[in-house]
Amino acid sequence: MKEDQFLTATKPTWCPGCGNFGIWMALKNALTKLAIPRENIVIVYGVGCHGNMRDWMNVYGVEGLHGRALPVAQGIKLANPNLTVIAITGDGDCLGEGGNHFIHAAKRNPNITVLVHNNEVYGLTTGQASPTAQIGMVTKSTPTGVVDPPFTPSSLGIFAGATFAARGFTGDIPFLAELIRAAIIHKGFSVVDMLQPCVTFDKIHTYQWYRERIQKVNISEESLGDKKQSIELASTFGEKIPIGVLHKRVENTSEDREIVLKNGPLSLLPTVSVDTLELLSQFQ
Amino acid sequence: MKTDITWAIGGEAGFGIMSSGTMLAKTFSRAGYGVIASNEYPSLIRGGHNFVSVRITTATVHAPKKSIHILIALNKETIDLHKSDLDLNAYVVYDEKDYAWKQEEFNHPITLISIPFSELLKQKNGDAVMRNTIALGVSMFLLGKDISLLTHVIQDQFKGKGEAIVTENIDIATLGYTYVKDHFEALHDQNISEGIIKEPQLVMNASEAVALGSLAGGMKFAAIYPMTPINALIPLFADHATELGIVYKQPEDEIAGINMAIGASLAGARSMVATSGGGFALMVEAVSMAGVMEVPVVIDLGMRPGPATGMPTWTEQGELHMVLHAGHGEFPRIILAPGDVEESYTLAKTAFDLAEQFQTPIFLLTDKYINETLWQLPREVLKTQTKGEIHADTDALPFKRYDRSTQSGISKRSFPGQKDHEYIANSYEHDEYGYTTEESGMRKTMVEKRLYKMKAIQAIIPPPTVYGEENADITFVAFGSLKGVVLDAMQTVKETGIKVKLIHFSWVYPMVEETIKQLLEKEKRLISIEQNATGQLASLIREATGVTIAEKWLKYDGRQWTTEEIIERAKGMK
Repeated sequence: MKEDQFLTATKPTWCPGCGNFGIWMALKNALTKLAIPRENIVIVYGVGCHGNMRDWMNVYGVEGLHGRALPVAQGIKLANPNLTVIAITGDGDCLGEGGNHFIHAAKRNPNITVLVHNNEVYGLTTGQASPTAQIGMVTKSTPTGVVDPPFTPSSLGIFAGATFAARGFTGDIPFLAELIRAAIIHKGFSVVDMLQPCVTFDKIHTYQWYRERIQKVNISEESLGDKKQSIELASTFGEKIPIGVLHKRVENTSEDREIVLKNGPLSLLPTVSVDTLELLSQFQ
Repeated sequence: MKTDITWAIGGEAGFGIMSSGTMLAKTFSRAGYGVIASNEYPSLIRGGHNFVSVRITTATVHAPKKSIHILIALNKETIDLHKSDLDLNAYVVYDEKDYAWKQEEFNHPITLISIPFSELLKQKNGDAVMRNTIALGVSMFLLGKDISLLTHVIQDQFKGKGEAIVTENIDIATLGYTYVKDHFEALHDQNISEGIIKEPQLVMNASEAVALGSLAGGMKFAAIYPMTPINALIPLFADHATELGIVYKQPEDEIAGINMAIGASLAGARSMVATSGGGFALMVEAVSMAGVMEVPVVIDLGMRPGPATGMPTWTEQGELHMVLHAGHGEFPRIILAPGDVEESYTLAKTAFDLAEQFQTPIFLLTDKYINETLWQLPREVLKTQTKGEIHADTDALPFKRYDRSTQSGISKRSFPGQKDHEYIANSYEHDEYGYTTEESGMRKTMVEKRLYKMKAIQAIIPPPTVYGEENADITFVAFGSLKGVVLDAMQTVKETGIKVKLIHFSWVYPMVEETIKQLLEKEKRLISIEQNATGQLASLIREATGVTIAEKWLKYDGRQWTTEEIIERAKGMK
């Protein structure tokens, strides 16, 4: 076995059996397979159990504010489009606190990958309902069960403009790794909704519960671009939960639209000499 | 012949009031005069009263004046609202079809000049919105200047719209000029002597100067959500992004804006945001993040009257305390408050170097008055700029992003892409590599590391600028945009035999205790003059130095202190 180049001196602090372990493994496998130089990877983390990954992942890391990973990720990508930028977020972080950023990032289609750790609860604050929690689910903040209908992250992403969407399951690491790899390769805004049990605060959605419901789908390249069909698949969540690549199409990215970025990272561009600018004529 | 004239134009929004003020200011700036143009308008796009005044002087000018020598009224309301501001024997240009004004309706003698705006426009098939162009032609005659000074500006202003538009505008301006010359030939009371300024000047507002200063400071990334009064920054960046070699992004909200700027900064681009109080309130959590991550970021905050949405198109200096304390936790910051357009340029430029040097948020505290007033900027000033370099670590490995061994608290940065320099920019408390820590010793060390920078900052902070006479009877203390009006008023106050001085802060925070204490304590009578209701500068001075400024002149009606108000109050003290 190859040495794990991503390990740091810090050991994971997630609960034993947490779905985050599978996601972490899948991400490392995908990055290893892609062979991107470690220094060219930037992972921006939200705040939640998922975000704690920063301390045991040896790449350039940014641990931002709760909900704000995506604007930071976009700023990094717009300053240096050569970097591989990945946002690691949770269902609460990405769709609760950061919902506005999520839909606007999808709309702009920056070439970044968003990995949504989706376990229906806020784990780090000890088990309140998240925006993906199913109706009726009893949590610390919903003692008589969730009453507001949930989001499905990928359908929301596709609707808002994401050009790649997939759903995976942390209990199937090779398959999830393949989805993450495809998302990173995709040129555009890619969302991977990652189903994971919270073994501490959610006794309903166990590994077994997911295994009974997930169904791998294999959609042809042409059909993947059909937004309506993709949204329908992505919204399907209940007795059957389709997993796999759900949407994929090619559009100009946010960075493509910045002509100046064709010359490379902003840090390499010279400072303009202000007193010779043509635009000064408007002040005369 | 006069040496100091205030010309003003008012009318309904949508009738080119603002642009005629700009054109007249440029016309006289090019001809060697001092000009300053300030506006007043409600938060509406169409309808409502718009008003611009341009003060024209034969030498350099610091501030507008309230007293009007020539008033162009494109509707009746303009005269209703401003007749109390008319100077003795002022010229009032209007159309008697709007309302047949009589001398008796004014407090003192004035000269009524009725111009048949609509009739004249009909002759040339001109649109009603071109009444302002007639008014400009009329004004050139009344000021005793040749129409060609104006037509050159029209030519440059409209050349992008084609020859036909240029000709039409020149024809219509000339029509106004000829009409008033033919019918009011004897009127020469408001003629102005020759301007004596030789150095080439540009005419712009502080937002535009901040934009140019930022570019000179190596700014490469700006994320700005629109908000009055900093909107003038946006087209400058957005229209010219390619020429300037920058990325301008309109974010979905101010929270996204500052987080994007922080992201860009982490990736090696000098970056900024601009907003007003409400937008800044949304940014505050990220300001704290920039503090703990030690990320350079420049924040231009254009103040306007709050609380909440307040009065969006009016002015105030009510956010000094907010900026001083914005962001949870303790971390260093610098607050700069430019007093005019030249300082807006130089301090914006400096802000980016300071951000790079100290790796912490740097504030430019501007306001509506300075951001939307048109000032002159000597073109020569634009020659000063920085290299805009970013500094990456090249020391021996392992790389410690937050190396605590430095005396200054400043540790070297690295940027993604740089091999073996990976670290975590962490909003949690962290160790020297950026890894999360809650260990008591490390926490204490890191708090101290960040705050050491405050000492390093204090060492480079220049003292406030002192203007005026020694042994002053009264000493004004002010920050930011009050500089111009106080300097202007001081000229007149001095003539009344009162010795007067101004201690002006454009480097507002941090304050260097001993320097400022010494400066203030030797003064006979200190007056803090501010554009807010609570005396925020005076209270900062007291906190930082222990010096109490008991006398405070505070204005918080949304209107900038005027030269006249200061003079009157100062005279009353004799």
